[in-house]
Amino acid sequence: MLVIGEKISIIAKKVREAMMSRDPKPIQEIAEEQWKAGATLIDVNIGPAEEKGEELMTWMVESIQEKVPLPLCIDTTNPQAIEAGLKAHNNQWGRPLINSTSNESERFVMLELAAKYNVQVIGLTLGKGGLPADAEERCEIAAEIMARAAEYGVPLEDIYLDPLILQVCTMQDQALHSLKAIKMFQELNDPPMKTVVGLSNISNGVPKQMRSLIDRVYLTLLMYEGLTAAIMNPLDKELMDILKTTDVFLGKTLYADAYLEM
Amino acid sequence: MAYVIPKETYSGKVLGVDFGKGDNILKIGGENALPFLSFEGEIPNRPVIAYEVQDTVPVEWPETVKNQYKDVSDNAVNWAKYCQNELKAQAIALRLLSTHPDRENRSPEDAAKTVKEILSAINVPLIILGSNHVEKDASVLVAAAEAASGYNCIIGKAQEGNYKTIVAAALAHNHKLIAMSELDINLAKQLNILITQMGFDKEKLMTDPMCSALGYGLEYTYSVMERIRIAALLQNDATMQPPIVGDVGMYVWKIKEVSAKESDIPEWGLLEDRGIAWEAVTATAMIIAGTNLLIMRHSKAIETVQKVIEELI
Repeated sequence: MLVIGEKISIIAKKVREAMMSRDPKPIQEIAEEQWKAGATLIDVNIGPAEEKGEELMTWMVESIQEKVPLPLCIDTTNPQAIEAGLKAHNNQWGRPLINSTSNESERFVMLELAAKYNVQVIGLTLGKGGLPADAEERCEIAAEIMARAAEYGVPLEDIYLDPLILQVCTMQDQALHSLKAIKMFQELNDPPMKTVVGLSNISNGVPKQMRSLIDRVYLTLLMYEGLTAAIMNPLDKELMDILKTTDVFLGKTLYADAYLEM
Repeated sequence: MAYVIPKETYSGKVLGVDFGKGDNILKIGGENALPFLSFEGEIPNRPVIAYEVQDTVPVEWPETVKNQYKDVSDNAVNWAKYCQNELKAQAIALRLLSTHPDRENRSPEDAAKTVKEILSAINVPLIILGSNHVEKDASVLVAAAEAASGYNCIIGKAQEGNYKTIVAAALAHNHKLIAMSELDINLAKQLNILITQMGFDKEKLMTDPMCSALGYGLEYTYSVMERIRIAALLQNDATMQPPIVGDVGMYVWKIKEVSAKESDIPEWGLLEDRGIAWEAVTATAMIIAGTNLLIMRHSKAIETVQKVIEELI
């Protein structure tokens, strides 16, 4: 399974301060740690970035790829900043991923950018009507995103459908709806659609010492349903070990006694 | 509507390994598609066949294959030269069988001497194999690796019970290495991991999942090789990406079908043809499963397999 490292996010104080002062070192260090821990892409979340978003994203992409040979997941709601990130991205390390489009009209521009720069894009199954009620509604939204992608000329294999994971502590039934959606998304196309989640959303709001457990168990269930990628914390060693072990059970990694070390 | 050939896309690639020196350097591996499926990817190098030469008279070989070498097989240097000059061998695989405690039990120093003599007599790349005695190979291959320093040879075979010293010697003298496990894909992977964890570059490694002859477990070898290739190419499993070695001759030329007399079993046909066919068919199955380097004995079987390779590529 693909691991998209989540640690470079404006939500984290250390990252936010480094962004504001344009100090590349802390950001590069977090990127390197995630790469060495097994991340296959690095998420770069600069938030809404309404001011100087283009300049900030360019600086972030360049700073990170100076140290880490991985493709990046360009994460902001500001389309100009996304475009700046895509322009700065070193495609030698792989194709970047836009985070994200959805079924909201202001996000359609992300598909336009995906087509223009021939990159991959996350399709968040969120529409005009607010939070999706169940797996079926997520699929309806996914189908609309896929139809729109075809209009814009984005190949379906470049889309990662995201069922929008919601916190289990207040919306318990949604955990099952999202799992079901992962399975159903794949049936929307042949070859199956790719899928992605923001894993730690599941444990938002629960006591801190329980978050990791909740993330780990939920990841296993998601992987069993066929999840392609997760935005998650690769520095959580036990989470990574569970991921590797699940990949062994699913026949995606060949077993050897040292499989955890790979 | 025109027919479109369905194509598999591969995320991984077999590592390319070279051996030998100068103009005679050989390269194997490097493909990013399953064997011979060149319409799905790049297959830059053909499988290579090495002639097996032993450092002791091959008393146990059946007459039909032994006869070919009867004038040279009492001397490994002459034998190697004959394979290179007369049979146009691409590579030589020297098996230091005399070092086996149940054979002449010759010393690592003797083995090193033979290696040096052969290296100065031939130009084609050399593969140096032990006698497959786990403890003895550990000392013999270390001495052989040192004797061949600078010749970019392939040394083998490192097994679970002796890999540490052999890996260290291959590392110190800059040789390529064959890692061998016994028909178990998980152990093959584990051994590759252990070897690379010692700091040995995976791009210098080859894997021998153990061969077997047609009718004597070939399907197990075939299946393990096939799964190694699938892990390497479709799962992009870096530990399974070294080229594969098939040590075919030693498994074929000991079974009853290559030595049973025509007078005993007339319906089996001519003895010599039978042996050649058996080695060629076994080796062909190996290359179709993904073998990059074959070690064989009979020149006619080798010619036949070379023809198959030419026609498939």
